[in-house]
Amino acid sequence: MTQLALVIDLNVCVGCHACVTSCKEWNTSGIAGYLSDDNPYGAEPTGTFFNRVQTFEVGQYPDTQTVHFPKSCLHCEEPPCVPVCPTGASYKRPEDGIVLVDYDKCIGCKYCSWACPYGARELDEHQKVMKKCTLCVDRIYDESIPKTERKPACVNACPTSARLFGDVHDSESEVSRAIREQGGYALMPEWGTKPANHYLPRRRIEVTIHDDELVRVDNPLKKEIDVGPSGPVREQTLDDITSW
Amino acid sequence: MEYTADSERACGPKEIRNTTCYMCACRCGIRVHLRDGQVRYIEGNPDHPLNKGVICAKGASGIMKQYSPARLTEPLRRKPGSNRGDNEFEPISWSEAFSMLEDRLRSIRETDPKKFALFTGRDQMQALTGLFAKQFGTPNYAAHGGFCSVNMAAGMIYTIGGSFWEFGGPDLDRARLFVMIGTAEDHHSNPLKIALAKFKRSGGKFISINPVRTGYSAIADEWVPIRPGTDGALLLAITRELIDQGLFDREFLIRYTNSAQLVNNDPDSSEYGMFVRTEVPEEEGCFDPQNKLWWDRHRNSEVLTHSEGADPRLLGEYRLGDGTPVKTAFQLLTDRLTDYTPEWAHGITGIPADRIRRLAHEMGVTARDQKIELPIAWTDVWGKDHDHVTGNPVAFHAMRGLAAHSNGFQTIRSLSILMTVLGTIDRPGGFRHKAPFPRPIPPCAKPPRVPEAVRPNRPLEGMALGWPAEPDDLFVDEAGEPVRIDRAFSWVYPLAVHGLMHNVITNAWRGDPYRIDTLMIFMANLAWNSSMSPEKVRDMLNDRDADGEYKIPFLVVCDAFQSEMVAFADLVLPDTTYLERHDVMSMLDRPISEFDGPCDSVRIPVVPPKGQCKPFQEVLIELASRLRLPAFVDKQGERKFRDYPDFIINYETEPGSGIGFLSGWRGKGGEKFMQGEPNPNQWEMYEKNNCVFHYELPRSFQYMRNFNRGYLDWAQRHRLIRYAEPILIHVYSEVLQQFRLAAQGKTQTRQPPDHLRQRVEQYFDPLPFYYEPLEAQQTDKQRYPLSAITQRPMAMYHSWDSQNAWLRQIHSHNYLYVSPQLGHKHGFADGDWIWVESPWGKVRCMCRFSEAVEPNTVWTWNAIGKAAGAWGLDADADESRKGFLLNHLITEELPSKIDDRPISNSDPVTGQAGWYDVRVRVYKAEQTEQAETSPQFTAIGAVAGQDARRSRVLKYVAGIMRDKTVAS
Repeated sequence: MTQLALVIDLNVCVGCHACVTSCKEWNTSGIAGYLSDDNPYGAEPTGTFFNRVQTFEVGQYPDTQTVHFPKSCLHCEEPPCVPVCPTGASYKRPEDGIVLVDYDKCIGCKYCSWACPYGARELDEHQKVMKKCTLCVDRIYDESIPKTERKPACVNACPTSARLFGDVHDSESEVSRAIREQGGYALMPEWGTKPANHYLPRRRIEVTIHDDELVRVDNPLKKEIDVGPSGPVREQTLDDITSW
Repeated sequence: MEYTADSERACGPKEIRNTTCYMCACRCGIRVHLRDGQVRYIEGNPDHPLNKGVICAKGASGIMKQYSPARLTEPLRRKPGSNRGDNEFEPISWSEAFSMLEDRLRSIRETDPKKFALFTGRDQMQALTGLFAKQFGTPNYAAHGGFCSVNMAAGMIYTIGGSFWEFGGPDLDRARLFVMIGTAEDHHSNPLKIALAKFKRSGGKFISINPVRTGYSAIADEWVPIRPGTDGALLLAITRELIDQGLFDREFLIRYTNSAQLVNNDPDSSEYGMFVRTEVPEEEGCFDPQNKLWWDRHRNSEVLTHSEGADPRLLGEYRLGDGTPVKTAFQLLTDRLTDYTPEWAHGITGIPADRIRRLAHEMGVTARDQKIELPIAWTDVWGKDHDHVTGNPVAFHAMRGLAAHSNGFQTIRSLSILMTVLGTIDRPGGFRHKAPFPRPIPPCAKPPRVPEAVRPNRPLEGMALGWPAEPDDLFVDEAGEPVRIDRAFSWVYPLAVHGLMHNVITNAWRGDPYRIDTLMIFMANLAWNSSMSPEKVRDMLNDRDADGEYKIPFLVVCDAFQSEMVAFADLVLPDTTYLERHDVMSMLDRPISEFDGPCDSVRIPVVPPKGQCKPFQEVLIELASRLRLPAFVDKQGERKFRDYPDFIINYETEPGSGIGFLSGWRGKGGEKFMQGEPNPNQWEMYEKNNCVFHYELPRSFQYMRNFNRGYLDWAQRHRLIRYAEPILIHVYSEVLQQFRLAAQGKTQTRQPPDHLRQRVEQYFDPLPFYYEPLEAQQTDKQRYPLSAITQRPMAMYHSWDSQNAWLRQIHSHNYLYVSPQLGHKHGFADGDWIWVESPWGKVRCMCRFSEAVEPNTVWTWNAIGKAAGAWGLDADADESRKGFLLNHLITEELPSKIDDRPISNSDPVTGQAGWYDVRVRVYKAEQTEQAETSPQFTAIGAVAGQDARRSRVLKYVAGIMRDKTVAS
């Protein structure tokens, strides 16, 4: 059974927000749109985004890490948002595991957003329906789009290719391999939601310099120092002083 | 509702068009999807060499720029009786606007062309704006480089013949160690992100040296916090340690740099500090004649450089056959570095000495022991065949963090020399050039030398901007006074190769060096974030003489968007957006070349211009034709070019030269490149090829281009360069020494005025050195102990994106980021309102505690703060109530004067604005104070033609639901 998902590589995410606005521009004019913006040019602007980047610091100066953390619906395999929905608007597609909201059935009661432990859902205050990431379901099957680009907008956009997309149930897929080989993890597994999206952790490269690497026979400074005989020394030596 | 792919297809007519992004200066290829003529989606073009299909937050928000409420849509004239800055205008027709300009400019040109000044922002069309200014006859032209990163360009180009970003960069495909210093989130944007990710995945180590850890630095394997403005001290100490340990590339230094050349060491000689020459060539072009000397170990005497069989000394002090005492240039460098120990650098940078040594060892050992040998045969310019290309895989990248200090030129010389000592220039895994670089050191273009270069009704003789090689190349009058309004190329800023746009308004207002009549500004926000001391600049723009005439009589602003600067204009010309026009990223300006060869690109309009908007290029061509500027009219004085696209196709730098703005598909049928006759179908050919021309050089021409016979011959054959001569790297800068000798009165060249002798002598040091930034030298650091700097967020391009409904939700206001230690010391908490104060002004703002900032540094995002009502925002928008501009704390001129004349807060070599030199203190705002930023400015409203319709909710859907959008 297919389970589509995103795998996000925190080792290369620079927090540029390309995924955030690419998602917004695709989806506001797409089937899950519109994505409204309140006070777009005024005080405290706020709008609907399916994907946001949170940035936080870990540790104390000077051993500080700055972490950029993109977050959207995790398309859980056991999505708590689905059973709580009174109208059946929230559903998980059997064919590819995408969790979706049927706007025609949604009554905006927010039960699902209370049930979601990840804060991934946003109520559109104007349409009064719950909105969230669809994995660009209106892109990924569209045969008018070249096959290599049939991916969520955020994945195509990402300048550091920090976002991988694929079937986490297919053990040979790029995403499964990344999770397996690079320590991919799911968020808050203790909740039993089995998020399909995974994150790849930071990896740190260090260079070790051994002392003997600084002592070399080919040190170019040797070319600048004269060695070898240069004739007798004119100043006093032991030869002049003692006879043993 | 069911989700199906068909739902999307059912919508209105769709179209996809290729063009080039301009949400920042990066110039990525984009595919713009239209639905019912409205922009539905903008994505990266996968077939574009620069961004390979990716896009950034800005690029993906182009829709909201296109439909921004700040859009200007018709020409405007300031309302009679209103003041500049009131933002009160009345619409006029283009025909009125043109005749107003034509009359005024014609009369200036007929009398004194320098009374017209044209200064532009980051416009990507300097080849055209520069041509217009030159043809007009005014020297008073420059783009934004002087207040951006001219130190980076000048420091590197005067040392290695190329520089970072447009003209070169780090080869992260092959580097094993990458050191990023003084770079935050931009310059370059997407290409650097792509490369960084590849580099990280290939297991290389990434070190970031920066006072702040954000953006790119976040994913560094090691963060080295450093005090702002002290990078030079670090780089010199690292270089010292490398030489001390023998971790330098001796062979590279000897053969490809001037390190082993012998320098006259006789202090009494007029040639002191100059390379000893075997003979003086009859005619010196802009190249280094091969007439210098090495000291040969075998013969123990001098030999001509690059003599076959010679084994030159890199270090040492010798006496020539004629008795002249000499030292090798590298010996002089080593002598200079003696006192720059890691312990000394620790006291300045805050980085422990052991760590500095370790950084040096990592660089040196990686360069030496992880050598790359590519099986690429090439021949050097002295005829020696090489069967491989060597790489020492340590790459660097640096930008404004080094450049925007008044010691930046020498700091960047230090960096260039460090990169050279490691043997990394135009080699795999190190720094790589991009065409049309490398150039001779310095490049051939020169400013005029005498005031007579400016004559009524004549084009300027020489280039408005150029690269002085010696004191005689300065643009001064007989008294040594500047000819340019910004004092560029005078003794105060001799190598101001990008001009000093940041001083133009102040100088013109003061009348020093003289008054002007008309100032035309394109795409630069000088009444706000593009000026130091913006409050003063605003006052100057509005200041009048006793007779009621403005001190700067006529102010023309061309921009696509309403801004703080637009509010001060007498005449506003509405520009188009990037989606509405033709553009070229020309080889004559800053093309998008790749490491493997020249590359230029175009924009092609994908939507029609809004309202009466007209591309600035069309404005220039119209004006040039009306004024009959020679390059724009035929022999009969008739207009030569129909419009900008026609100009691009048919303009040649001189009749029959075959060189034009675009290098691709030249020749009648598009069969030539770089040089060839105009091709009437050139635009179509670019359009068919993703808007890009890319020529990939043969592999043997792709490296060591300063000295690569094949490459230099190729470049000469294709008219990129005049001389196919080696471009030896200037570890020791004789160019600088010539200015110093002039200042010392030792040479027969032009002499600086006496009051500037000491300044020129001090800063024109042929060897790199560290000095504290000028402003800090003159600041009471007990009272103002902190450095204040800005960074540009990845989701914003300068002031441009507060008008963008999506991007402003990421940064609608900014905070001052401070170490929590500061808060504890001064009794304020995270999120509190605080004052940040410099000797020049103070700003009230909100603070954020951060552990990712060097504790003696405070910082904020650049240009988020706005004047109330500007940029189409509501008067109570976060940008003006909670956002703030650090510029209010920065002084345009230093407190000390020279000869009673003000001195710009700029690098004394290049005139680069010292943005990051300011010192501040912070303290808590009183409880009784208003919770809003200070200073505040009177709110302005919308101008005529600006979309004043305000929906409280934006529900953007392209095309089919356009009645639901604000963009309809």
